Amino acid sequence: MSSNSFAYTEQSGGGETAELGQEATSTISPSGAFGLFSSDLKKNEDLKQMLESNKDSAKLDAMKRIVGMIAKGKNASELFPAVVKNVASKNIEIKKLVYVYLVRYAEEQQDLALLSISTFQRALKDPNQLIRASALRVLSSIRVPIIVPIMMLAIKEASADLSPYVRKNAAHAIQKLYSLDPEQKEMLIEVIEKLLKDKSTLVAGSVVMAFEEVCPDRIDLIHKNYRKLCNLLVDVEEWGQVVIIHMLTRYARTQFVSPWKEDDGLEDNEKNFYESDDELKEKTEDRKKPYSMDPDHRLLIRNTKPLLQSRNAAVVMAVAQLYWHISPKSEAGIISKSLVRLLRSNREVQYIVLQNIATMSIQRKGMFEPYLKSFYVRSTDPTMIKTLKLEILTNLANEANISTLLREFQTYVKSQDKQFAAATIQTIGRCATNISEVTDTCLNGLVCLLSNRDEIVVAESVVVIKKLLQMQPVQHGEIIKHMAKLLDSITVPVARASILWLIGENCERVPKIAPDVLRKMAKSFTSEDDLVKLQILNLGAKLYLTNSKQTKLLTQYILNLGKYDQNYDIRDRTRFIRQLIVPNEKSGALSKYAKKIFLAQKPAPLLESPFKDRDHFQLGTLSHTLNIKASGYLELSNWPEVAPDPSVRNVEVIELAKEWTPTGKAKKENPAKKFYSESEEEEESSDSSSSDSEGGGSEEEEDSSEDSSEGSSSEEESESGDESEAENKRMATRNSKNKGKSDTEDGKKKNEKSKTSGSSDADSSSIESSSDSESESESEYESRKTTKEIGKQTKQDRNLLTKDVSLLDLDDFNPISTPVVLPTPALSPSLIADLEGLNLSTSSSVISVGTPVFVPGKTHVLLHRMSGKGLAANYFFPRQPCIFGDKMVSVQITLNNTSDRKIENIHIGEKKLPVGMQMHVFHPIDSLEPEGSITVSMGIDFCDSTQTASFQLCTKDDCFNVTIQPPIGELLLPVTMSEKDFKKEQGMLTGMNETSAVIIAAPQNFTPSMVLQKVVNVANVGVVPSGQDNIHRFAAKTVHSGSLMLVTVELKEGSTAQLIINTEKTVIGSVLLRELKPVLSQG
Amino acid sequence: MIQSLFLINCSGDIFLEKHWKSVVSQSVCDYFFEAQEKAADVENVPPVISTPHHYLISIYQDKLFFVSVIQTEVPPLFVIEFLHRVADTFQDYFGECSEAAIKDNVVIVYELLEEMLDNGFPLATESNILKELIKPPTILRSVVSSITGSSNVGDTLPTGQLSNIPGHQVGIEYTNNEAYFDVVEEIDAILGKSGSTVFAEIQGVIDACIKLSGMPNLSLSFMNPRLLDDVSFHPCIRFKCWESERVLSFIPPDGNFRLISYRVSSQNLVAIPAYVKHSISFKENSSSKYGKTIEGITVTVHMPKVVPNMNLTPTQGSYTFDPVTKVLTWDVGKITPQKLPSLKGLVNLQSGAPKPEENPSLNIQFKIQQLAISGLKVNRLDMYGEKYKPFKGVKYVTKAGKFQVRT
Repeated sequence: MSSNSFAYTEQSGGGETAELGQEATSTISPSGAFGLFSSDLKKNEDLKQMLESNKDSAKLDAMKRIVGMIAKGKNASELFPAVVKNVASKNIEIKKLVYVYLVRYAEEQQDLALLSISTFQRALKDPNQLIRASALRVLSSIRVPIIVPIMMLAIKEASADLSPYVRKNAAHAIQKLYSLDPEQKEMLIEVIEKLLKDKSTLVAGSVVMAFEEVCPDRIDLIHKNYRKLCNLLVDVEEWGQVVIIHMLTRYARTQFVSPWKEDDGLEDNEKNFYESDDELKEKTEDRKKPYSMDPDHRLLIRNTKPLLQSRNAAVVMAVAQLYWHISPKSEAGIISKSLVRLLRSNREVQYIVLQNIATMSIQRKGMFEPYLKSFYVRSTDPTMIKTLKLEILTNLANEANISTLLREFQTYVKSQDKQFAAATIQTIGRCATNISEVTDTCLNGLVCLLSNRDEIVVAESVVVIKKLLQMQPVQHGEIIKHMAKLLDSITVPVARASILWLIGENCERVPKIAPDVLRKMAKSFTSEDDLVKLQILNLGAKLYLTNSKQTKLLTQYILNLGKYDQNYDIRDRTRFIRQLIVPNEKSGALSKYAKKIFLAQKPAPLLESPFKDRDHFQLGTLSHTLNIKASGYLELSNWPEVAPDPSVRNVEVIELAKEWTPTGKAKKENPAKKFYSESEEEEESSDSSSSDSEGGGSEEEEDSSEDSSEGSSSEEESESGDESEAENKRMATRNSKNKGKSDTEDGKKKNEKSKTSGSSDADSSSIESSSDSESESESEYESRKTTKEIGKQTKQDRNLLTKDVSLLDLDDFNPISTPVVLPTPALSPSLIADLEGLNLSTSSSVISVGTPVFVPGKTHVLLHRMSGKGLAANYFFPRQPCIFGDKMVSVQITLNNTSDRKIENIHIGEKKLPVGMQMHVFHPIDSLEPEGSITVSMGIDFCDSTQTASFQLCTKDDCFNVTIQPPIGELLLPVTMSEKDFKKEQGMLTGMNETSAVIIAAPQNFTPSMVLQKVVNVANVGVVPSGQDNIHRFAAKTVHSGSLMLVTVELKEGSTAQLIINTEKTVIGSVLLRELKPVLSQG
Repeated sequence: MIQSLFLINCSGDIFLEKHWKSVVSQSVCDYFFEAQEKAADVENVPPVISTPHHYLISIYQDKLFFVSVIQTEVPPLFVIEFLHRVADTFQDYFGECSEAAIKDNVVIVYELLEEMLDNGFPLATESNILKELIKPPTILRSVVSSITGSSNVGDTLPTGQLSNIPGHQVGIEYTNNEAYFDVVEEIDAILGKSGSTVFAEIQGVIDACIKLSGMPNLSLSFMNPRLLDDVSFHPCIRFKCWESERVLSFIPPDGNFRLISYRVSSQNLVAIPAYVKHSISFKENSSSKYGKTIEGITVTVHMPKVVPNMNLTPTQGSYTFDPVTKVLTWDVGKITPQKLPSLKGLVNLQSGAPKPEENPSLNIQFKIQQLAISGLKVNRLDMYGEKYKPFKGVKYVTKAGKFQVRT
């Protein structure tokens, strides 16, 4: 510390000298103040001495002072020889500081710098990776052209280094060498190509940066690494993420076809900015073709989504622009929330984000409308932020929110920040023109502002009113008269000019005032601003043409004044007007038309957003911010009409697997792609052709069974946006599925696909076989997912095969569904019958089991992976009739292996069940690969109680005690019944069997959909159609005893409602009541 | 990307420069000074300035301008975010990010900048990694190093640099194993003239201070995770766990860091704990509801320029008026519902100046201890992977964020 502060005092001395003359060159220093120079010199002398001493502390001290000089911008180059000697110092800090010095001055002292090179070359071989890396860093930062070959060699070697950190530095060095010697480009591209293949997350960002700098047009280098980059993205450090996302955005725009459907365009009511007119036409032409998104395109969109949650504003913005530029328009909405979050950040971030939002909000209002209030202005915001917010508010204004906005604007108009107040008035004007409903209101409001005390406000209002009146040909004589009066007081030239122009335009409507105004103006003509003078001339001319009797002399007078004005524009105008309007011999045919010329209908000005023209720049870029093309800006290309061959992204795969990977063939066959990915499609066709017995039906069966096996179909259904995500999963599943299928049905079918590796060794477990065939081809692409799905699928298959013969029969018999599948409304009658047969043995005739209205996706933790030594288990209630017994509740358990080794023999051990409770366990699982996941079904008969079922979940080595406690709502099965039956049943279940409660909540919680949603979320009940709007009825039966459970929600006056539950099982009834009550009353 | 960095103080002196590529002359800053002059107010200096050969991207923090020189296209937020990271690092190292601190530690600053950027591209920005590479200054260390000449520069590559777990050091042993979390919520609100809420939302952060030995695996769960509307995470958090279980699972970096920041926007959740009645009386509306006292209340008013001075009497607390910046600050302190504080008196106007039309809006600061106003509650913190029992603690604070009352 002491040495530092010492250095500082000296620097401040140095600073003075620097002010006196940039480079202190000693010599002439007569005055006392110049003594500093000599001391400076001397100082450098003792610095030299210190550097030459053999004590490290002295050297370090000297180096610190030198760095201080550099930081100050002071020249320390004369010390170069002394410093460079220490480059080989053992002391790491001295060494680092010498590096700092070298990098700064090597360019100026090239010959001397060469002395240090050998040290770096030696350090490049150092066993310590940090030393290797920093040696490479300094070596590549020394901008000495002679060492280019040495640098090239070092980069090549480092790019093959074992340490990813060194490789990262090699990637940085590429750019440095390129800027030093662009001739090396070809060689460098080779290195980039090599490093792009690198699997380390550390390298990815840096090498993509190098790619962007050196060869951004070599998009072909990306193809093979595309999927890898997408998958690594989440784990790359944040700065790398930004660069990669920007690069991938450009890539996607060249490789995929547009996901923007035409109806999206209509919704926008504006043409897309990225397309020129003719392109739009082309698009309409091939609109007929159904669009299907390339799975790689989807992969990018999906994998960037989590990054919206990044803490780094640049990453969030990068993802936002990616969504904006390449995702389907319906999906881009999710970015708005994250962008709005960034507005909490410091002013610089706010500034950039608001700019981008402004551009976005012009095109798609809907995206930011829900966040309207986030753009309200605070008086403490800096003016630049205020204006941007105002801009966005204007863009978002529509019929629905304009009244709120206008009220808000009223506050702004009164702001102390007059510049901002003026901008608000402009904004009001723009809203008035855009939304015709409020034009009059705005106009009135603006007229009121005319009596404001602040001149800037008044002037701005005048200008805006002028524009508004121009747009409305309706008479506004009163306003014009009012404004004419203002002329006496207002001094702002633009406002005066605007008033004069208005009067001139409407001179026939205010015949009495106009000449008088002209008279006043003639008096003050000489003292007016040029802008006003021009308008006076115009007014004079117009009046001369319409009312020459009164104004002839006045106009002549003004024209004479104008003739001798100092400004030549005014002299010109005067001459021009005189020739036009004053008839004389020389004046030609034109003067006949003078009136037409001067009093022609003028087109109304267009009040447009200043952000209108920014959108041709990629969002989030420097060019967008400045609205100028910055050097090095890479244009975002338009979508190609036909996607280039997608197979280029396939990483080389082994021959066997090639059968089902996407190839060009599929494309040729189906130029109009379907919704599913190509690979799938090809498979579909081969699938259906191969399965002779099942025909087309098998396809559907697979789909639905997949859904069920994932046990999450309800989620997928509810989030329609995720469809294609599911599609991707499906694609992965399918690969495995064929193998699974051949396992189960190999006897029945002779699959042509038995060429695939999976079935060639069909006896081995499909997990293994799949990893064989896919590990290289697809592992980077979807490895995790694939294995997971495979796991699920195999289990499912195994279940089918081994568990229950009848199940398999049903599976075969009914093409739509396996028993555990969600019965969709489109269920075939036969299946309903089946289900009834399974479940309804005890129920009375009026009730029949219905389909669950809603299946909550909520999972419960059975075994946390921490306590399970890597084995994690979650369970969830699929709300399906249980296949193992009609008194059981079906439970799906998903087992995940989060450890790094295989978990073997997962089974259920000892059960500790309360009396009467029964449990149907799942079949033991032989093994679960790392990262693998399996979903199994169980059935538990809870005896209509919420007692916990405790049992042991065992693996080969361990046993874990786990428990399942069912929520009360899961002990029910929904039933369908008519309202009449409901009332009848309810009538029989009164008195003791009835429990009720009064709920109080806000009225918005009592909309039918809210009530329905809340009730079915808690309990698995069926909806009974109701004749009355204010009564909602739900019916269910308990799983074990089949007793009816009738729930009635009756909405009362005000914000209360009555909740009634009728059931024989009073205990369950009251528990359910207790659960429902808070849910219904909370917001 | 980033070519050079200049640090400029308020009076326009360039007191530090650092170049990562060829040296750019200081004269490039003239364009910046020009813009600064035009903007009048420091807050209004545009963050991005275009000059004939370069682009200048600047941030203003702690009364210092960080001006970076860019030559080619780069996402501006990238640079802005990085510059803020630099400022935060200085803050972290020297306790304050001021001209004096930077000048005193110019060597460390240089070493830091050297590590943070390579050829203009960020290299190491995590504070823990940097601290392993370059040790922060302490008095003891500077004494020791001046005697022995030992260095404050690490000579091995920090482990965190290589892993996906940002900044956790392996093999550090603490005697006290601690994990503390601060849940800090700020209410951003605009209250209308009549006292109605024009806009309100809650912005929250959870800051963690973690000193745990070994490789602990923490999981933090909430009583009511659904409250969190929009969340951004520290990179150490496993996103998938949050997606599926709404549990924050992470291997923490050492020391202080921001675990998550979140937003609770649904309108009805925000109950405004304090109201100001037109700068005349001050009342607390919901003390009974939360059962906590609001404390540390400060009211700041930016008076119009025509106000030269004022003479006020507060019933509680004290006030100051700065005649240069025209800021009136009233430090109220605590509020008791029985006695509402008020501030009354005369405000003088410059003679001849017209009466300002608008009452200045009031900015309010307050603090409520032991309360997260959104109702967010940490349920439990579990640690896996290590045997010892750590000290755990969660603290809640609610503060006023950008809390403004229009009058």
